[in-house]
Amino acid sequence: MAAAESYPDDVRYHPEHDWARVEDDEAVLGITWFAQDALGELVHFEPPEVGATVAKDASYGEVESVKAVSELIAPLSGEVIEVNQRVVDAPETVNEDPYGEGWLVRIRLADPAEVDALLDVDAYKQLLAEQ
Amino acid sequence: MKLIYERSQPGRRASAIPRYEGLPEPEVPEALRRREPPRLPEVPEFELVRHFTELSTRNFGVDTGFYPLGSCTMKYNPRVHERLVALPGFASLHPLQEEDGAQGALELMWRLQEILAEVTGLDAVSLQPAAGSQGELTGLMLVRAFFADRGEAEQRRKVVIPDSAHGTNPASVTMAGFEVTPVATDARGNVDLDDLRAKVDEHTAALMLTNPSTLGLFDENIVEIERIFHGAGALMYYDGANLNAVCGISRPGDMGFDIVHINLHKTFSQPHGGGGPGGGPIAVRGMLERFLPVPAVVRREDGSFGLDYDRPHTIGRVRGFAGPFGVFVRAYAFMRAYGPRLREMSETAVLNANYLLARLKEAYELPFDRLCMHEFVLSARNLKREHGITALDVAKRLMDYGFHPPTIYFPLIVPEALMIEPTETETKETLDAFCDAMLAIAREAAESPELLKEAPHTRPVKRLDEVRAAKHPIVKYGFDAHPEPGSEARPVATEAPRGS
Amino acid sequence: MTHPYLALTDADREAMLRTIGVASIEELFRDVPAEVRLDRELALEPPLSEQELSAHLAELAARNVDTTRELSFLGAGIYDHYVPAVVDAVLQRGELLTAYTPYQPEMSQGVLQAIFEYQTAICELTGMDVSNASGYDGTTVTADACYIAKHATGRTRVVVTEATSPQVRQVVKTYAPGFGLEVVEVPHRSGTTDPDELRAAAEGAAAVIFQQPNVFGCLEPAPELAAAANDAEALPVAHVDPLSLGVLEAPGRYGAAIAVGEGQAAGNFPSYGGPHYGFLAARREFIRRMPGRIVGETVDAAGERGYVLTLQTREQHIRREKATSNITTNQTLLALGGLVYLTWLGPQGLRELGETCLSLAAYARQRLVERAGLELLFPERATFKEFAVRVGRNAREVVRAARAHGVHPGYALGRDYEGMDDVLLVAVTEKRTPAEIDRLADVLAEVAR
Repeated sequence: MAAAESYPDDVRYHPEHDWARVEDDEAVLGITWFAQDALGELVHFEPPEVGATVAKDASYGEVESVKAVSELIAPLSGEVIEVNQRVVDAPETVNEDPYGEGWLVRIRLADPAEVDALLDVDAYKQLLAEQ
Repeated sequence: MKLIYERSQPGRRASAIPRYEGLPEPEVPEALRRREPPRLPEVPEFELVRHFTELSTRNFGVDTGFYPLGSCTMKYNPRVHERLVALPGFASLHPLQEEDGAQGALELMWRLQEILAEVTGLDAVSLQPAAGSQGELTGLMLVRAFFADRGEAEQRRKVVIPDSAHGTNPASVTMAGFEVTPVATDARGNVDLDDLRAKVDEHTAALMLTNPSTLGLFDENIVEIERIFHGAGALMYYDGANLNAVCGISRPGDMGFDIVHINLHKTFSQPHGGGGPGGGPIAVRGMLERFLPVPAVVRREDGSFGLDYDRPHTIGRVRGFAGPFGVFVRAYAFMRAYGPRLREMSETAVLNANYLLARLKEAYELPFDRLCMHEFVLSARNLKREHGITALDVAKRLMDYGFHPPTIYFPLIVPEALMIEPTETETKETLDAFCDAMLAIAREAAESPELLKEAPHTRPVKRLDEVRAAKHPIVKYGFDAHPEPGSEARPVATEAPRGS
Repeated sequence: MTHPYLALTDADREAMLRTIGVASIEELFRDVPAEVRLDRELALEPPLSEQELSAHLAELAARNVDTTRELSFLGAGIYDHYVPAVVDAVLQRGELLTAYTPYQPEMSQGVLQAIFEYQTAICELTGMDVSNASGYDGTTVTADACYIAKHATGRTRVVVTEATSPQVRQVVKTYAPGFGLEVVEVPHRSGTTDPDELRAAAEGAAAVIFQQPNVFGCLEPAPELAAAANDAEALPVAHVDPLSLGVLEAPGRYGAAIAVGEGQAAGNFPSYGGPHYGFLAARREFIRRMPGRIVGETVDAAGERGYVLTLQTREQHIRREKATSNITTNQTLLALGGLVYLTWLGPQGLRELGETCLSLAAYARQRLVERAGLELLFPERATFKEFAVRVGRNAREVVRAARAHGVHPGYALGRDYEGMDDVLLVAVTEKRTPAEIDRLADVLAEVAR
């Protein structure tokens, strides 16, 4: 069962429909409600390895539905310190709870100043309205 | 319905293999010997025939009914072709037979090349590629060889592809070692010239275009496009998937294209066979001939036909032997049955498509308000907006009316796309029946949407769960370990034991 | 005048043009610029009726010397095995023959289930976990295997044995530059490949390709070759004869990662080289890298078992420039012929077929040495259904001379291998009889040396 549409204000947004929740020098990354709705029910999550470097605006992995595949775009740069195994085992968790249980990776931030370039919830909603 | 493996019983068989007394019986060295026999089916011949006959009754072909898949050109496959390919002189001819023992086959191939050169308006042809995709890849290898020969290989790494293009085009570009430069489509459905001018430069190797496009529209600016690409020193590649629209009317060579692939299983009636075989020959302008795959089929001065391997600039071989010969027999026969009347074939295809378009455009959304060529794209977006009905729902409901659905969700630039290509081998009654069904479905979308959501109702199976198939791939029969239909159990023993 | 494949009458056309709102068919082409219009008729010969067409094609076919007109021992990748009538019967069913790719599964359960059964048969033969729905032929599926290996290992070199078919090696080399791959060959040593030499060459390679039986018909030390590749962490790719797999071990059982091959011998006529089908099967870990279509099992809305194309996100129509391959149209109908053939054959039949080929080929070896006085090229090597002999003079001339007696004695290997201008590759299938082999020996006794 997919979640109801929502865009929480405790995360920052990337225009490619990815979010980041900053917690001190770490951040948790995921995809927004809009992204999971466009893809449909997810069937596969291809994560990066723990220890891999991710770069802001670059791809760090993929998610797939039956009919589409989508690159995951990193909102922030850093080192992968944890991958959400629950999503690897049950990718539909992202559809059910995209901002909670459906988180994808946790990273240690390389440059916390990058957060300023991300969109807040109002700016992201504005971007969606223009789509 | 049972799998053939579920009809199997140990000890049954259909085959009889000759055995001779008094001959040596060499043993395979122990280290190489098969230990466990493969679990092939064990059935008598009549069970085999019943099984495959039952399978065929669960399938729908052009022989069954109307099959308007856009860009697939599902036309009638003339039955006489099946008799012709079965002639022993074709079917039992070994590809390595000496040339003097294969003159009939070589002449057929040479004549087919000549016809394709005339139809495309180009100079030289290779029949070797096995399908349209392989023709594309071969064409791109020719592009690479051409520029390497001129010392421009490093400089020219980009291939321009419209956003309406079929997925094989960018996939082929990557496999050939180039990069994709996408170009937008304008409001008339033509390639956006401003976007194109901004993106074509001295780093461009080629354009890959199909004309008419996947939208079924003839690019009105094709003359200007030719100027832009040749002006930049780039080549033009024509994806021949939509050639059925323009035979005898406009030739890709005359449009300015330098390399063309032709889909023999689309325009020229090779049966699709449930997914293949096909044939993807390529035609090229003279300056590219020396790069074509080997062997080349040639006519010698003495009038005999042969295979020429002496091509020092060839890109190499792309497939075994000279190509899918059985496909050539059918395509050649088809072309000889039409001759110059191929033009009427295209005219009829275009007339049929425009007729459907005229009857359907009020009930569905028309993204580009123009006459179409041999196919056209409608959008079911209005049905989605007003009734929550998608192109998928329309497609599944069409099955209940006895039609194969059109192509859906392609091209990607049209939301809820329905791409419809009737071809020329349909009567007006069939076209009208299809339109009546499409209009009825549009009404059902408003009045009884659940009928569409739960469609199809009259096929051997109901709507299938593709999510489940992707999440828990079961890609072969597991014999004793095969899971029950619908069980959550992940098949564990379907993995073969590892070798040492 | 109507054409048999065109149905519209003048009345139809008039009614349709009226509905469209144009005055003529010519108006439908108004978007085509005058500069690119063909202003003449196509320069093609006039149309032929079905009867005329049949006569014309029959005349062309009559000028081919096929295996019904000449006793043939030609092999080298395409073989004259018996194709039973049930194959023709099934492939002529219009619902299968004229169907498209099964993208609409509810319309295509016949083809989908057949492909699932085919995938199962290929996995059983090769000892692998996943098979695709076919590739173009035995040469291109080998190139496909290189693409899988490159992406699975990140390495950019592939190793192939010289004893692998020349056409397979040629096609791999044609594809390699676009894949960014370097191709290195390992020579044969008296007809087979040395595992230690292969191990050395395999360092840093993505894949190691070998053929079993190899081009000379010889049995390679396949388990050792696979082990040599695995030692170097390169993927062992075995290119195998499907009809040998009743008597020879399955590649999956001796450590191969991928098994490929030409399917023609199993259920397709030679047909001057095509269309046929290439098979490709691999261990489960490579499932997401497989090129081409894969059919999976699922259930429908009523809980009934059914079949669909699955893992389509690998393919070109979804993944586009990042696809595992650009392949769309494949060789389904021919693979279906293979499935019908293998079903007809059964496991007993496959084993007997292998034993009969071994036996007849061994008899032929004996007769050519004793009766025709020829020398085996690799007398110490075990062979399957093909073997190489020296014929004492130019092999192509021997072929010509033998054909004047109505016998095609085999393939002249000198075209592809140095120092083998006097070598013939002789193939013996279950369609050859001992009397026919005696005739071959008699003819060669006369025309060789």
